[in-house]
Amino acid sequence: MKNKTFADKTFADKTIAYLTKGTLGFSIISIFLGFIIGAIILAIAGFNPIQAYGVMISGVISRPSYIAWTIIGSTPIIITALSIAFAFKTGLFNIGAEGQFIIGGITAAIVGYFVELPSFLHIPLVLLAAMTAAGLWGGIAGFLKAKFGVHEVISTIMLNWIALYLNNYIVLIEGFRRATSQRTHEIQRTANIVILEQWKRSPEGREWLRGHDFFGDALRTPLNWGFVIAIILAIIVWYTLNKTTLGYELKAVGYNRHAAEYGGINVSRSMFTSMVISGALAGAAGGLHVMGISKSIASLAAMEGFGFNGIAVALIGGNSSLGIIFSGLLFSALQYGGSKIQPALGAPSEVIHIMIGAIVFFIAMPKLIKYILHNIKKKRGAKNAG
Amino acid sequence: MRNIDFDCKVIEMKDIVKKFGDFTANDDINLTVHKGEVHALLGENGAGKSTLMNILYGLYQPTSGEILIKGEKVDITDPNIAIKKGIGMVHQHFMLVEPFTVAENIVLGMEPTATLGKINIKKAIQDVEEISNRYGLYVNPKDKIYDITVGMQQRVEILKALYRGAEILILDEPTAVLTPQEIKELITIMRNLTQEGKTIIIITHKLKEIKEAADYCTIIRRGKRIDTVEVSNTSETELADKMVGREVSFKVDKEDKERGRLALRIDNLVVKDNRNVEAVKGLSLEVFTGEILGVAGVDGNGQTELIEALTGLRRVERGKVEVNGIDVTNNTPRQIIDNKMASIPEDRQKRGLVLEYTVAENMILENYAREPFARKGILNKTAINKFARELIKKFDVRPEDETIKAKALSGGNQQKVIIAREVTNDPDVLIAAQPTRGLDVGAIEFVHKSLVEQRDKNKAVLLVSLELDEVMNVSDRIAVIYEGQIVGIVDAKDADENTLGLMMAGGGNKDEK
Repeated sequence: MKNKTFADKTFADKTIAYLTKGTLGFSIISIFLGFIIGAIILAIAGFNPIQAYGVMISGVISRPSYIAWTIIGSTPIIITALSIAFAFKTGLFNIGAEGQFIIGGITAAIVGYFVELPSFLHIPLVLLAAMTAAGLWGGIAGFLKAKFGVHEVISTIMLNWIALYLNNYIVLIEGFRRATSQRTHEIQRTANIVILEQWKRSPEGREWLRGHDFFGDALRTPLNWGFVIAIILAIIVWYTLNKTTLGYELKAVGYNRHAAEYGGINVSRSMFTSMVISGALAGAAGGLHVMGISKSIASLAAMEGFGFNGIAVALIGGNSSLGIIFSGLLFSALQYGGSKIQPALGAPSEVIHIMIGAIVFFIAMPKLIKYILHNIKKKRGAKNAG
Repeated sequence: MRNIDFDCKVIEMKDIVKKFGDFTANDDINLTVHKGEVHALLGENGAGKSTLMNILYGLYQPTSGEILIKGEKVDITDPNIAIKKGIGMVHQHFMLVEPFTVAENIVLGMEPTATLGKINIKKAIQDVEEISNRYGLYVNPKDKIYDITVGMQQRVEILKALYRGAEILILDEPTAVLTPQEIKELITIMRNLTQEGKTIIIITHKLKEIKEAADYCTIIRRGKRIDTVEVSNTSETELADKMVGREVSFKVDKEDKERGRLALRIDNLVVKDNRNVEAVKGLSLEVFTGEILGVAGVDGNGQTELIEALTGLRRVERGKVEVNGIDVTNNTPRQIIDNKMASIPEDRQKRGLVLEYTVAENMILENYAREPFARKGILNKTAINKFARELIKKFDVRPEDETIKAKALSGGNQQKVIIAREVTNDPDVLIAAQPTRGLDVGAIEFVHKSLVEQRDKNKAVLLVSLELDEVMNVSDRIAVIYEGQIVGIVDAKDADENTLGLMMAGGGNKDEK
């Protein structure tokens, strides 16, 4: 066989080479397999999978407001995924993003309701408070691990429940609780981050939006600045991990704590710091959710799943900042689009959860994916040679 | 006492060759073991004795050669076949389920069952008691593994092999982890087993134990079988001689040099090992600038604990470590590095490198937060890469690429990265722990040259190595460590292998006197 130069390679060859190199290939193939599993299940249930996927896709992209809802849905899970990925890159498995999210939400609701400040101060204050509180919450697990060797998976799972019941207790405190309901009072308008909230309710705003279909439709949703902040946080996480001495330290501990210790890095302190940062990120997600969507917190019967979904998003996104933004959008699109197949076709939207489960399942099976990629490569190789 | 049946050759390994790439671990080795004998395999670290036994146990396949068990040619392609053929192996690192009881561990995988597949634990305990009484290997079947001593755990491993019907027992460095009392007990157990017709092969480099326990001894050096001797007719000195070998592979060129001032002082150091037993027992040592002090010794005599204590990775119980007169006892690794002590760690992949980091990132492991590599917490990739490129050139790291991950380098090149980093820190004291372990001849030469260079630059170098050749070639003075203490210091010029070998094996001067 003659030696091929790089220029001789076809686009497909290059794509396959790229896919087999990193985690991107795993994610894309896993997503593809997830869709196939979803199709099979829809077919078994007696629905046309192509029709169902058609409904889902048009249910996500056919109107500006649909796209807006997808973006809104992706915001919290992108940030919790960043929290989990940050911990993961530094050698920790933060199951506690769920609880840290709740703590962030509680703090945002308190600071958003009881403090009165102009917007340009109030919004950063609420966000910072949410991050600080959740960071400390995550720091508890980090401290327990560094000091007593308590595994962070155990401690964060327990902290999740403590956070949940703390939330339910605080919601019912008189003076904070809204009368005759299981919710708290709404946060002040000055802490609200919905885009153009005041203007779009004013007569001029309504008038203008009626004349502009695109914006009129998009702004009917609580589209907020949370997504922009999520992207900024993604950039900060990437920068911290790759460009700073702090990231160097934390990653060194994650990759090989023995070598890090030998090199003079304080391993215990690094673990604590990682959990604080990871917690602060999840807290930002909770805070932004209150500031942009819910405006208040409610008594919870069960975990809402923002933190747990973040684990799936981080996995699908290969724990990279950029990957997480895309996988968060995909996840949200699946959830939002999937909800539309029930009214349109009578098909169960639960199939979406099966698909997401299947995608994560396949990502957790790198050997299978490697085998598939290897076979594709071999087949192409044979074809090119022949 | 002996109960050897010379008509029954239980094991014959013929012309065994094992190659790992270009490296020949076993070079045409022949080994014959008779029923009822204790046969020792003697050799230095890396001589190829464990490889040979792993071939017999089916963990490796020989490149060529054949194995006969009781005269019948067998193909041992995996350990299950070895077990069926009556071969049992007790590894240096035990393979026990810690939260399980002794009996549960022994029957694991072939549990006696009652109805519906329920484990018949009563029967298991009975079985264990029966074999343990038969061979004098007393254990309490109901004890949990994590509650019993290492010596007991070893008994459990031996019982495990016997329970599976082993006729031939391979013990890999069985005494490395035992206390002197436990060693005595083990030797008695070995005698009991041979009385019952079992055959034992022990892998070791401790001469004293061979003298006490073995009937025959096969000496292996650099993959080749040197000789098989009857132990009762051979002195420890002769064994040491054959193990170390006369020829010296490469002399290190170095000029005579006056040593300078005291740089590292270790005073009455006591350090415990992971089992909380004192491994370094009141060790004192002084290293001066402009000299290489080599510490020779057999594995497991406290070297690892000594190094870890010196570099701040392990707590010092008692005693003192001083660098340039400054007390650094129980300081953090950071403080010790800042006090001008650098070290080439024993395990380069565990301690020396972050394998997932690039070569450049590894080059700054101790200095990442200093200028010019970082300013105000932001890394300066340009400066880091430039620094790494310079070191790669200077230390001839291959490939010449600072952006590849450290895990992609060969062992020798990984070691070069570590040496480059440590030496560039410009320390006053350099500790080199087994700096040539697993390296090829070229890389070994490079490491030795680097150490001599540091000495010539008036640094104090403490070399700790299990390779006697290395210690003798490189050092100016040689200290011998045995059971956590320095048992003697000699000038390298006056040192001879046999005396050192005896001291290392605890034979020491007292035997000669």
